Amino acid sequence: MAAPTMDRTTPAAPAPVRTLTIAKALNLGLRAAMEANPKVLVMGEDVGKLGGVFRITDGLQKDFGEQRVLDTPLAESGIIGTAVGLAIRGYRPVCEIQFDGFIFPGFDQIVSQVAKLHYRTQGRIKLPMVIRVPFGGGIGAVEHHSESPESYFAHTAGLKVVSCSNPTDAYWMIQQAIDSDDPVLFFEPKRRYYEKAEVDTTAAPGPLYASRVLRTGTAATLVAYGPMVRTALDAAAAAAEDGTELEVIDLRALSPMDLGPVYESVRRTGRLVVVSEAPGESSITGEIAAKVQQECFYSLQAPVLRVTGFDTPYPPSKLEEEYLPDLDRVLDAVDRSLAW
Amino acid sequence: MSSPEKWTPPGPGAPPATAARPTAEQVIAGLRATDEGGADLVQLLTPEGERVQHPDFDIDISAEELRGLYRDMVLVRRVDREANALQRKGQLGIWVPLLGQEAAQIGSGRALRPEDMAFPSYREHGVAWCRGVLPTELLGIFRGTDHGTWDPVERRFHPYTIVIGNQVLNAAGYAMGQKFDGKVGDDDGEATIVYFGDGATSQGDVHEGFVWAAVYDAPLVFFCQNNQWAISEPTERQSRLPLYQRARGYGFPGIRVDGNDVLATLAVTRWALEQCRQGNGPVLIEAFTYRMDAHTTSDDPSRYRLSDELELWKLKDPIERVKVHLVKQQWADQEFFESIEREADAIAVELREFCVTMPDPPAGRIFSEVYAGGNPALEAQRDEFLSYHAGFAGGEH
Repeated sequence: MAAPTMDRTTPAAPAPVRTLTIAKALNLGLRAAMEANPKVLVMGEDVGKLGGVFRITDGLQKDFGEQRVLDTPLAESGIIGTAVGLAIRGYRPVCEIQFDGFIFPGFDQIVSQVAKLHYRTQGRIKLPMVIRVPFGGGIGAVEHHSESPESYFAHTAGLKVVSCSNPTDAYWMIQQAIDSDDPVLFFEPKRRYYEKAEVDTTAAPGPLYASRVLRTGTAATLVAYGPMVRTALDAAAAAAEDGTELEVIDLRALSPMDLGPVYESVRRTGRLVVVSEAPGESSITGEIAAKVQQECFYSLQAPVLRVTGFDTPYPPSKLEEEYLPDLDRVLDAVDRSLAW
Repeated sequence: MSSPEKWTPPGPGAPPATAARPTAEQVIAGLRATDEGGADLVQLLTPEGERVQHPDFDIDISAEELRGLYRDMVLVRRVDREANALQRKGQLGIWVPLLGQEAAQIGSGRALRPEDMAFPSYREHGVAWCRGVLPTELLGIFRGTDHGTWDPVERRFHPYTIVIGNQVLNAAGYAMGQKFDGKVGDDDGEATIVYFGDGATSQGDVHEGFVWAAVYDAPLVFFCQNNQWAISEPTERQSRLPLYQRARGYGFPGIRVDGNDVLATLAVTRWALEQCRQGNGPVLIEAFTYRMDAHTTSDDPSRYRLSDELELWKLKDPIERVKVHLVKQQWADQEFFESIEREADAIAVELREFCVTMPDPPAGRIFSEVYAGGNPALEAQRDEFLSYHAGFAGGEH
């Protein structure tokens, strides 16, 4: 632990309610998980002294040592593949993949081993490991640093996939993912890392694999996850100024999806717009559309519409504002739905 | 050790389809390079059954221990031949023969202590035997009834890994865990062994496994069975230099052992495991051996290798040399050899009877143990399918 200091800004004990960024909330959540269970390890590239390129693991190696916060060699398959062995040995590894576009060297291990060992052994092997992935665009980065690969993993049986959108969820969901006996892909909205909100670190969290209604409304339903939740909330606030009340649901869990609240909402509003940065082709958003039309067929007043990234590779960053769904594109889809 | 002639790439204008194909002379030259292990080969028992000394590796072996190793190899070979026959009769979908690799697997498998951990590829039926996995427990994988039924934690024997090289990284992580647990550094230390083939050495995961084990000083023995063939590709297609020499580049010892010599394999693997227990790991062992049968029952080696090569390797049979040595030393008599044959016959009968009466798994198995913590959506899908399934007459179709 940190040595006592005379710095008057350092509180004697952490206040239960604090204003935190998503980045800091993840950091505190990781710290809490490591304090609670000595088997929790953090491993990845630059996660030690540097604290990760986004500083999510800042200070952890200093306090927990090099055997619990491992600066690994630079190979993603190695990070995932050795985490599998550590998990079999009884550890709970939390792997950091530095950027979304770098997860693919580890894809083989994730799909062939992480996802299947429990099934292969009929439950004799459990892999309680978390793979953290900062994902999505909007930060003006070079190629491979702005991707949204979550659908690959949601498509793969044996994995669980979640995404946080705010500091409170960041703090609790990372701890719940570490507690999970299933391997969890944990997608972090990197462009929202520094958005702040009050976090109550004592209030009991809701379940991990549950969607949540963030704003109630009657005209149409918006579903989003990760970085697009903020966009959806902003769109709903703008629509409200024009007298249109939109319901906003944060999906939170991408696999398994908790669509019960979405069905309930669509049965009231009759209209659904799904928002995601990922290309729409064969995606999470397509899956939601398929399931909602199946469950809410007679309630729908308009087809399910999607606002997504385009079916292209992620463009050069000077074009990403055109590529990424924004408030205007969401409201345009809402208008089309309402006008159907 | 003769060096293979270099295959020159086709020049401009040369017809690529034929120019890329090596000539018969080139093939033979390449094969010649594989039939000897070279000067660095560790050997304690020659193919003629003569006990020889090695300056770095030796072993005190009693008559009883050597009879035990002989028994292991004979029984495992019989299991392998019986399973191969069961595939030919349509009782198994496929079989992966270990014929010729008995010494490499029994020698290394018997070097392990109960608390050590082993990670196999998919041909390690002999190592499975050493870990107490019953031959019948292997059958389901190849009959298509399961993906392996043994308890990997209790037997200290990981599930078979079919994706080439994946298990090397998993083993490196496990060995790191042994070290983190404080189980390394004295005579009571634990170690891990991981099995892979010559073809796997080209995989990125094997390279990364070498790197991880090296930089974390993991107690891991990399046991490469160089059986000369990765399906149809000779070892020359994987490496320019002998595989054991790769270890030097990663900063740990590499040893080439006669993989058809059970004594040398046992001695070298014991030494390597001991190095790991004491905290001096990792170690690479290249067991120089030969795949005497096809890659799998679906393979046809006559398309890519000469039968002369097999005849040469038959002279180096791993079991025959032990038998000769046991006789020469008067450590075993005819009754011993006959008793082992009877035991092998009994195991073959048991394996056959078990195989042909194996029930198909219930349809609900499709959905079982996908997640440790459940998945409501999947459970709904299962219920819907089982209800549909039950709608057929008698609930079966």
